[in-house]
Amino acid sequence: MATPSMKRNERITRSSLMVVMVGMGLAFALPFYWLISTSLKSDAQLFVFPPVMIPSPVMWENFALAMTKIPFLMYFKNTMVIVGSTVLGVVISSSLVAYAFARMEWPGKNVWFGVLLATMMIPFPVTMVPMYLVFKNFGWINTFLPLIIPSFFGNAFYIFLLRQFFMTIPHSLSDAARIDGCSEFRIYWNIILPLVKPALLTVGIFQFQASWNDFMGPLIYLNSDKMYTLALGIQQFQGIYNSQWQLLMAASTIMTLPIVIMFFVAQRYFIQGIVMTGIKG
Amino acid sequence: MAMAAKTGGTSKSLRIRRHILGYLFASPWLIGLLAFVAYPVISTIYYSFTQYSVLMPPQWVGLFNYEELFMYDDLFWTSISNTFYYTLISVPLGLAVALGLAVLLNQKLPGLPIFRTIFYLPSIVPVVGMSILWMWLLNPQYGLINGLIHDIFGIQGPGWIADPAWSKPALILMSLWTVGGQMIVFLAGLQGVPSYLYESASIDGASKWRQFWQVTVPMLTPTIFFNLIMGIINGMQTFTQSFIMTNGGPADSTLFYVFYLFNNAFRYFRMGYASAMAIILFIIIFILTLVVLWSSKRWVHYETA
Repeated sequence: MATPSMKRNERITRSSLMVVMVGMGLAFALPFYWLISTSLKSDAQLFVFPPVMIPSPVMWENFALAMTKIPFLMYFKNTMVIVGSTVLGVVISSSLVAYAFARMEWPGKNVWFGVLLATMMIPFPVTMVPMYLVFKNFGWINTFLPLIIPSFFGNAFYIFLLRQFFMTIPHSLSDAARIDGCSEFRIYWNIILPLVKPALLTVGIFQFQASWNDFMGPLIYLNSDKMYTLALGIQQFQGIYNSQWQLLMAASTIMTLPIVIMFFVAQRYFIQGIVMTGIKG
Repeated sequence: MAMAAKTGGTSKSLRIRRHILGYLFASPWLIGLLAFVAYPVISTIYYSFTQYSVLMPPQWVGLFNYEELFMYDDLFWTSISNTFYYTLISVPLGLAVALGLAVLLNQKLPGLPIFRTIFYLPSIVPVVGMSILWMWLLNPQYGLINGLIHDIFGIQGPGWIADPAWSKPALILMSLWTVGGQMIVFLAGLQGVPSYLYESASIDGASKWRQFWQVTVPMLTPTIFFNLIMGIINGMQTFTQSFIMTNGGPADSTLFYVFYLFNNAFRYFRMGYASAMAIILFIIIFILTLVVLWSSKRWVHYETA
């Protein structure tokens, strides 16, 4: 069947596809290279045309310099307080609500689920102004509370995602526990949650990423330097040191690194989460 | 008889107990729905009919905010046209690139995991870091992109974010770097296309190119549809990139809708005016979603197995 000419055609197609792939790979990797190489350049190598590709000398001290010029530890601590609290809040509340939607019978459940899906369509700016005014009345401006508290009330997107996972667990499992007199909360906590650990991890990772990257929230609610998150702090730094590109690139690298490390450690959960929401959505 | 009535009674009270329990489990979200969705949405509608500077209580002005926006505010129209320009180009282009990369990754070529990682990684870079990085990449004088344009084509590259004519294309180019998430979704979709469809197509003598258009694309239309809607919703809300990179400039060329809304709310403290803008944004997104949904009957292909 496969004639030599067909085989040759196949080989040509495959090598040209490989060329395209390598070209695209280079294009996508180049900004990363520029990020790292600039972060290691000296002042003298910055403003040169055409651009210098390889830093020489390699200025490792740029990283130390960036971390002292920006109150890095403080921003990092602030960020981690918010990230940690919202991850906890979102995982607990969303899993509880998702359990109700996936494994409990209550009147109006389907209608509420429709409402849940509909709320995902509401753009953030539609609730932004009143929420700001409410938190302002509470005296919560320039505290972390407006960024943390809402996460304890479930997130439509995560509830949807967890519900999909909960539904895959056979009902016989919870029925057996119910006959043994297990309370619904214990079934949720001791039986079902341990079975969906990967899904909880996915939600945790998503929330970590969202909270770590969040810019508009801190921008609206935090107004003193002491409260800034990394995202907001680095942006402010950019406004002041807008020509110190080597320091800006070092700061951006440091801010990106944890997310990249997390990706390499937990790749499976990243991909699984994206696929779950993208396909079944 | 009496027995049956009794058991019926217990099971009824048991059922009510279970119903209450269901609501109890869902209560965090139900309370959140009230506090963080219903209340603010209704308030935004109310504020949109008022003049409200935070310092003074809101004053009812009827449709005045809407009238001013539509009739007298040129920046409002600028922000709408900027946002549409950006969304209508970056979303379809992004989908095409994401699909192209997914198809490439689906070809069983060597080094696949490495390429998948390279294509995916940009999409998880924090937007602040990414914006600062691209400001430097796009620097007209010393940036890498104009450096490469000079090296390859021997010409001077454009001013990118410093030039009103190039600032939106620059942001669109940047957005293409972050299509990794969509690419993963497409890749999963591709792996779900049953291989017998390709086999029978190639027996019928269809070329790879025709197989792509006649088999792959139709099978992926549900995924394209989902990514299209999410892309439009996100694109219409573009904010951070222009806030950090261009501050809306130059010459308001990257003043996107949500940026202008943000300015009205938190720079000029025109809460009523910003609320009216929020309501209009919601209506725009709603209409766009309905249009895509309505059109989907013509082009989205659902497998009826």
